[in-house]
Amino acid sequence: MRRGALPIAVWSTGVALALVIVARTSVRSDLSAFLPVHPTEAQQLLVDQLRDGPASRMILCAIKGGDAGLRARASAAVAERLRNDPQFVTIANGEDLAADRDRRFLFENRYLLSAAVTPRRFSAAGLGEAIQDSIDGLSQTQGLLLKFLFPRDPTGEMQQILNQLERMPGPRTIGGVWVSADGARALIVARTRAAGSDTDGQARAMAAIRAAFERSLPQSQGAALQLQMSGPGVFAVAARRHIEDAAVRLSILSAALIVALLLIVYRSVPAVLLGLLPVASAALAGVAAVSAGFGVVYGITLGFGITLIGEAVDYSIYFFIQSRTTDAMQRWRRTFWPTVRLGMLCSVCGFASLLPAHFPGLAQLGLYSIAGLLTAAAVTRFVLPVVSPRALTVRDLTPLGAALLRGLAAFKYPRAFSVIVLAGSTLLLVLHRGDLWNRDLSALSPVPLADQRLDADLRKDLGAADVRDLVVVRGIDLQAALRGAEQAAAVLDGLVASGILAAYESPTLYLPSLATQESRRAGLPDANTLEENLRSATAELAVRAETLAPFLADVAAARNAAPLLPSDLEGTSLNEGFDTLILCQGDGRWNALLPLHAVARGGSGEIDLAAVRAALAPLASAGVTVIDLKSESNALYASYLTEALRLSSAGFLSLVTLLSVTLRSVARIARVLAPLILAVLCVAALLALAGRQLTILHLIGLLLVVAVGSNYALFFCRRRADAAASPHGGTAAEENLTMASLGVANLGTVIGFGLLAFSQVPVLEALGTTIAPGAFLALLFSALLGAHARA
Amino acid sequence: MTRRALAAPTPALIVVLALLAAPVHADSGDLDSLMALLAARRHGRASFIEQQFLTVLRRPVESRGELIYDAPGHLEKRTVDPRAERLTIDGDSVTIERGGHRHVLDLNDHPQLQPFVTGLRATLAGDRAQLERAFKLDFGGELERWNLRLTPLQAPVAKIVRQIEITGARDDLLRVEVLLADGDRSLMTLRPFTPQ
Repeated sequence: MRRGALPIAVWSTGVALALVIVARTSVRSDLSAFLPVHPTEAQQLLVDQLRDGPASRMILCAIKGGDAGLRARASAAVAERLRNDPQFVTIANGEDLAADRDRRFLFENRYLLSAAVTPRRFSAAGLGEAIQDSIDGLSQTQGLLLKFLFPRDPTGEMQQILNQLERMPGPRTIGGVWVSADGARALIVARTRAAGSDTDGQARAMAAIRAAFERSLPQSQGAALQLQMSGPGVFAVAARRHIEDAAVRLSILSAALIVALLLIVYRSVPAVLLGLLPVASAALAGVAAVSAGFGVVYGITLGFGITLIGEAVDYSIYFFIQSRTTDAMQRWRRTFWPTVRLGMLCSVCGFASLLPAHFPGLAQLGLYSIAGLLTAAAVTRFVLPVVSPRALTVRDLTPLGAALLRGLAAFKYPRAFSVIVLAGSTLLLVLHRGDLWNRDLSALSPVPLADQRLDADLRKDLGAADVRDLVVVRGIDLQAALRGAEQAAAVLDGLVASGILAAYESPTLYLPSLATQESRRAGLPDANTLEENLRSATAELAVRAETLAPFLADVAAARNAAPLLPSDLEGTSLNEGFDTLILCQGDGRWNALLPLHAVARGGSGEIDLAAVRAALAPLASAGVTVIDLKSESNALYASYLTEALRLSSAGFLSLVTLLSVTLRSVARIARVLAPLILAVLCVAALLALAGRQLTILHLIGLLLVVAVGSNYALFFCRRRADAAASPHGGTAAEENLTMASLGVANLGTVIGFGLLAFSQVPVLEALGTTIAPGAFLALLFSALLGAHARA
Repeated sequence: MTRRALAAPTPALIVVLALLAAPVHADSGDLDSLMALLAARRHGRASFIEQQFLTVLRRPVESRGELIYDAPGHLEKRTVDPRAERLTIDGDSVTIERGGHRHVLDLNDHPQLQPFVTGLRATLAGDRAQLERAFKLDFGGELERWNLRLTPLQAPVAKIVRQIEITGARDDLLRVEVLLADGDRSLMTLRPFTPQ
């Protein structure tokens, strides 16, 4: 067997296998990388809401520019076009299309829908009060409308229902369409048939909206107008585009820059190509490992893959620069390889700690990096020596190394400098300890801040403030959930009356449970009793009983009417309201959602949830719980953060253990760790100084600083050990070459991660801004402290 | 009663109607001096009693409150009895506050409110051009005791309101009577607060 045939065979088989796996990989670009694998019940609700809930199907559109009339016409034209598009369930823009149908439905079913319908309401006394109330109402602004209904509805049930439904002020209308509070934007709410997690479907819906907008007005008029869109689906589409953009464009750019760097350094095309072999193998192995291990690869993992280019290329840089001749190659294996291997194992230790994370995005990053680093190192060690032509020579970098070492020597007091940096960084971090960590889940969002702001603005315009607090009622079927919601609503009415809540919504406002409908119907007296009660009630009133004959007929009809089912709401806009507040879960159980609204004026804007919980406590056995979605999602994120901190500490401990086993000297371990700790503190302090709050991604970045930096630190530590062991071992030339290889490798890493800092995806940007300066500082401190130790 | 039936006329139609508007019957000079007098007034405040005579009721419904006007566009009707309600009209924005609820409407979207708002407010503002865009004007009496009859020009409005008759003494309004097309009628009697 030819020398080196085995490594080639193993490598080719591995590449082939990985290619097969990668070809079958499905990439997911939605937000689920940031959602837990084993959620609690409250988290599950949050996840369902984010992924498939009614809110996830909402696209908020705004038309701005031009004048109010132009915007109103564009809004009407867009809405008309989209209403004929089967991709959309509803298009709401304030036009009164469903209003007649809604009003007819409400009026015809008023005795089932009005909460005021009780047996007492139809007694002589009850009728007297209700009718007098209606007569008073006739003198008001709405009297003009009400007087037509009065003979059929003298007890004012229609008004009662409208009051029930009109608790939330909708947006303003100008020219017949919804507009923002300042009137400068026309608003349209589109509800898609595709779920929010169906990114392709959302992208098609957005394209349809844009096309409808572009055709809404003739070019000459429409040019003045602009369309804005927001919503969970819009975010998912944008996030996917940004992530794909980062993964593709930044990878290409990063690869190109590193190739250019290597070309300048090596002055040898074959060396550059060979140098990329470990990198390409690593990326392939990483994706294949994640795909095999998780079944799906998150777009964010691919984006992160760029970072591996920066680190994996280091191994081949060490190899080529440190082993310029065949003799040297033998020597490299003996003297340098153990150091590279130890550095690589340190990195693996760091990343292995991410594997057990409950946050799938994090676990994928860990697996990707481990597979990638192991592959890159193995390919460098076993494949590169075999495939490198004997005649391959790269440029002699001894002068570069010498120059770098001279530069370092310019630091007269490296230890004092390090102590000052340590003290300064620590002080800064202590000063910022209160706001060091960002504890908001949105910090992890791949959605840029500007887009998040637009979304908040549009929601505020619609009066659809973010649902933050809600009461959730679980039931084994729809009716059980509705009955539970009615019990909860009775308690919430009390809280509204006592000023703890401004209002609440409930699906039962649109469709009461069958039990409630039945009891309301049972409260309607028979024809004779009602006629008698009415006669005695009206004796003293301004209305004659005869005028109210239509009322008697309507009540008689209501006594025989069939109860209302969800299907009866179809075709009215009430259906949309109902659908938003009722969720059928995967297991066939139903959730009724009752969003709570805080008292806006004069209040803190926050709901006293403790009071709400206490009031609802007796209903806990009926499946009623109170959920604060915002703090729930922040708690979710806090648990990730805590976990990531714990895992990183574990990773750091395992790294120390590894070093203890291999270095077997407290002093040497300390010399390896000191520059790394310095670099981490210094980067964290710089970020704090720049006003950046740290997220999980920054933490991962710091872990990577340790992982990458350990290579540098180990080299400097090794140089000193070598010098001590055999005075003739390390030549000055070799020292220069080592320094040069570290410098080039570091520049490669800084380029790779530095490019991420320009990514539009906030999470990738966080990694870039942490690792690029961190890697440089790790080398600087390693060199300074190493040089000092040598002196 | 549906809003569709009352859809606001297009601006072009309003212009055409304004051009076709019949000349004022009474002495144009007196109406002009009344308008000038009213326009000079920046602020007005009066208590009111409103009686509504509805065919569905055998007795009139009565309500009381206060009417406040600030030139040129602010009109406020504060009903105290029998049920509190506050109706505020500012420019094209109509706010109705009642029983803790607050509704903000756009005047252009609720044409059924137009005749009352335009008729009353344009009179208070002394804005003859605006009045003539929407109504045929009949002026009677003299400045000391005048009478202005407004008849809607536009068909959709005329379907609700037959006539508005305003009686006043110099720049004070004393009586506003609205005759509805269905035979119902409302009578608002005003008593100006004497300026201090």
